[in-house]
Amino acid sequence: MAGLKDRAFGIYAWFERRLGLEKPISEAAAHPTPPRSASWWYVFGSAATVLFMLQIVTGILLALVYTPSAGEAWASLEFLNHQVTLGWFLRAIHGWGSDFMVAIVLIHMTQVFLFGAYKYPRELTWIIGVFLLLFTLGMAFTGQVLRFDQDSYWGLGIGASIMSRVPWIGGQLVHFMLGGPIIAGQTLSRFFALHVFILPGVLIACVAVHVWMVLHLGVNEWPMPGRIVSKATYDGEYHELTSTTGVPFVPDAAWKDAVFAAAILLSVVACALFFGPFGPSGVPDPAIIQTAPKPDFFFLWIYAVLAYLPPELETPFLFIAPTVVIVGMLLLPLVAGEGEKHWSRRPVAVLMVAVIAVALGVFTHLGTYTPWSPIMESWSGDPTPTYFLKGRSPLERQGALVLQNKQCRNCHALGGRGGMRGPALDAIATRMTEDQMIRQVLQGGGNMPAYGKALSAAETRALVAFLMTLRGKDNLAPAIDASRTLTQSGAMRVPMVRAPAGKTP
Amino acid sequence: MSTAPEPGHAASQQSAPVPTEPQIASPHGGPVHRDSRRSFLFKLSLVLNGAVGAVLAVPILGYLLGPALKRDQEFKSWIPLGAVGDFPEGETRLVDYRNPVVTADDGATANVACWVRHVQGDQFQVFAINCAHLGCPVRWFPQSHLFMCPCHGGAYYEDGSRASGPPERGLFEYQHSIVNGKLMINAGQMPTLSNRACNQKPLIQIAPTSSVQNEERS
Repeated sequence: MAGLKDRAFGIYAWFERRLGLEKPISEAAAHPTPPRSASWWYVFGSAATVLFMLQIVTGILLALVYTPSAGEAWASLEFLNHQVTLGWFLRAIHGWGSDFMVAIVLIHMTQVFLFGAYKYPRELTWIIGVFLLLFTLGMAFTGQVLRFDQDSYWGLGIGASIMSRVPWIGGQLVHFMLGGPIIAGQTLSRFFALHVFILPGVLIACVAVHVWMVLHLGVNEWPMPGRIVSKATYDGEYHELTSTTGVPFVPDAAWKDAVFAAAILLSVVACALFFGPFGPSGVPDPAIIQTAPKPDFFFLWIYAVLAYLPPELETPFLFIAPTVVIVGMLLLPLVAGEGEKHWSRRPVAVLMVAVIAVALGVFTHLGTYTPWSPIMESWSGDPTPTYFLKGRSPLERQGALVLQNKQCRNCHALGGRGGMRGPALDAIATRMTEDQMIRQVLQGGGNMPAYGKALSAAETRALVAFLMTLRGKDNLAPAIDASRTLTQSGAMRVPMVRAPAGKTP
Repeated sequence: MSTAPEPGHAASQQSAPVPTEPQIASPHGGPVHRDSRRSFLFKLSLVLNGAVGAVLAVPILGYLLGPALKRDQEFKSWIPLGAVGDFPEGETRLVDYRNPVVTADDGATANVACWVRHVQGDQFQVFAINCAHLGCPVRWFPQSHLFMCPCHGGAYYEDGSRASGPPERGLFEYQHSIVNGKLMINAGQMPTLSNRACNQKPLIQIAPTSSVQNEERS
């Protein structure tokens, strides 16, 4: 037994003599960490790295089967899902791993921001981190493209349409992005190269530099209110802190990173197991137009923002806002590299995080049910609720038919079913008078198309007659045209007095 | 592989001092001057590699930017959509065609759909399927005479003009002509806001006689 041990040590020594890695590795592992920084708050960066490794491994495994060809990619995904042993599970892990990675990177960034860890001397670590976030989002988008289905195809169309708005070189950018005049074989090849070679390569390099800088500069100390970062004194203070009270990163802090990473990996596996892989949805055949494309979860907020921007603001916003945000994030540590680190002394920072989180949350939520989109099948799929038809005259019922046949339901809900693009019509007669309705239907306005050409006079009459009966379930009082009451009750005499004598209006 | 005990660090430290290379000294015995022959050669090698890099960059950039450097006209050609009689007057119909520029692995993605509106007689309008907002596929509803987009709720009237929603303009319209009783369109690239060619009507409608006849023969 002892001989075997000696032999093993001998082999180790043979390698170590040639590699010389023992010293740098043990020094890196044992680098002194501020004691309070061995915290559960400091585990997100390592978890993101572990998830990245998971993505690399599962990505390579998927590449064993996936065919990056526009004509065959969809079929190879179906093959992975249904024919390859555990292919569905690997796809599910890769898909959920991607969602988890974006989430953890965002949480890591928020934590670093709130703990002031981007301040001197860690400015460059933050700047590289901003690029890591952008490349991670790039991986998420290109990965969504490789899941080559209807959503992917039309998502590329949205990307190309955004590109085309770049002034002067928009057209060239579109062709550069698509690799040709249309979304086709070369487009998928390009995104395959991006997702599998270019972005992972850049990510690996950036992660290496990012982690190296963490080792080189040391883990950020736990922020304390009133402990001010100053370039003149920080290095000495940090050295004092770590050399007197510092704990070795391994094992004192590393065990928390390891436990959290394991928990995250287990969550990914659990999600993959319970919820399965993402898609693919329909075949990416652009001749099949019965589709309502939607981006993946982390891009839903952009989808929502694009629906709400006024048309004239859209192009400037699409290019100016991301530039401002990215430049702002890059400049943050250079502008605010000193001063307070603790969140309780940085109300603006806390407020920014809160506002951004709420805004992203609200837009993501809106993106999940897209109230701005007409529901294309509603007019033929959602029947008129019977209580809106009871006791109605033949003309009014004819109007209900017009409402259904002219696709009004695609944008207007009745009885809680139908589109949400326009207001629900359940109680429309309590808000609009007959004249207002006729005007709105024929001329449109406020995001409603004009139906003047699509409706005959008889159809308009029937439709408005039906709409006039829609006063909610409780039969609320109808909207009243005050001017009409005035004219009918004879109150018009008042202006008549003012009119010149001898003339009647 | 040998598993004999290795000398290790300690042993190497004990070994005799390794003879070092002779120091490069200037003829006067002073410190090495910066502009020595070796540093000149090193700088020359950098310049050489820079030049080789520049030479290599030309084909690499040419290859990479190839698709972006082509002009719109190179992608486009006249495509027959069907006999005029196939499109009833007053109706708008969905038509698929195969993109003129295809590669072997395009599969179904080279299929392109468009809406053909036969106004009356020889009057046609051919609309791109892509919404002018962000390119989603618009659907025609003959009952309400509207095109609707499923993505962000853009709507267009039957003549393609903007009705409501986020699009800032009407539907993209392909240039078309009727040759020997066949409806042809000039298409070949995804219509976006940047390629105006597909919506601007040419001042003089020149029938593409030669190319069309070739296509008909084939």
